[in-house]
Amino acid sequence: MLALADYLIVSAILLCLSVAGIIMNRKNVIILLMCIELMLLAVNTNFIAFSRFNDDVSGQVFVFFILTVAAAEAAIGLAILVVLFRNKKSINVEDLNSMKG
Amino acid sequence: MFEQVLFYAFSGLVLFAAVMVITVKNPVHAALCLVLAFFSSSGLWLLLEAEFLAIALVLVYVGAVMVLFLFVVMMLDINIAELREGFASYVPVAVLVAAAMLALLSTIVGHVNFGVDSIQGVVAHASDYSNTKALGMSMYTDFIWPFEIASVILLVAIVAAITLTLRKSRQTKSANPSNQVAVKSSDRVRLVKVPSEPQE
Repeated sequence: MLALADYLIVSAILLCLSVAGIIMNRKNVIILLMCIELMLLAVNTNFIAFSRFNDDVSGQVFVFFILTVAAAEAAIGLAILVVLFRNKKSINVEDLNSMKG
Repeated sequence: MFEQVLFYAFSGLVLFAAVMVITVKNPVHAALCLVLAFFSSSGLWLLLEAEFLAIALVLVYVGAVMVLFLFVVMMLDINIAELREGFASYVPVAVLVAAAMLALLSTIVGHVNFGVDSIQGVVAHASDYSNTKALGMSMYTDFIWPFEIASVILLVAIVAAITLTLRKSRQTKSANPSNQVAVKSSDRVRLVKVPSEPQE
């Protein structure tokens, strides 16, 4: 029989992998966005596992809202990326220094 | 037993796909690996009896968001070699941070320390139990207000994405409303005094 901790450990590994991905691919904005999607996937798996093991459907409602917000975030992020590429001809994070931040 | 085999298969596939996403050179391949990760984690969600969300993940993510990603990746003409520069030098730091985080997290959520496994509320539902119905009952009663806010967020996302990427075409002729409002009658009609011709 599978326990709650099994699911939680899988999503913990997934989260750590996406953190590692963010550190490794720190120049490529597209891969950074993909890593954020992976992180949200790990969080959603946690929510669903807790929802199942507590027999409470509210956790799944939360996952539904996270999916909504993540879809909106991906759409706006990619739109910003397209505009950025149009203006700078590059998606390298290190070229994004015009605000001198 | 069969459930455990499925669990290990799906979670192995998720983790393999995640490793591929963060290590492959070509962003198109990374996007395809991310599709694999979404598919296999929807399998995991099916094991957790969240059928509606598993299908929603496939439809929304694989069907819409990843297609959007692939479109953008293929539309942009990016120099991969330049973006991969210094990849190898970041790997040790990344592995170190990930290992430290994993050690910490598995201490917290693991089987041993904090008794996570004492949560054992799994209920075997009857065969006519509908996950979609239960989710809908909860969403349209207890969570109706967040649901409305989520729809507004989607509307904002549509407007923002279109506004950001819209390029004004010079071909279309359009009126400027502020000029139209500010116009005066003297701009439009000019009265000219014309001397009348003498009659023959």
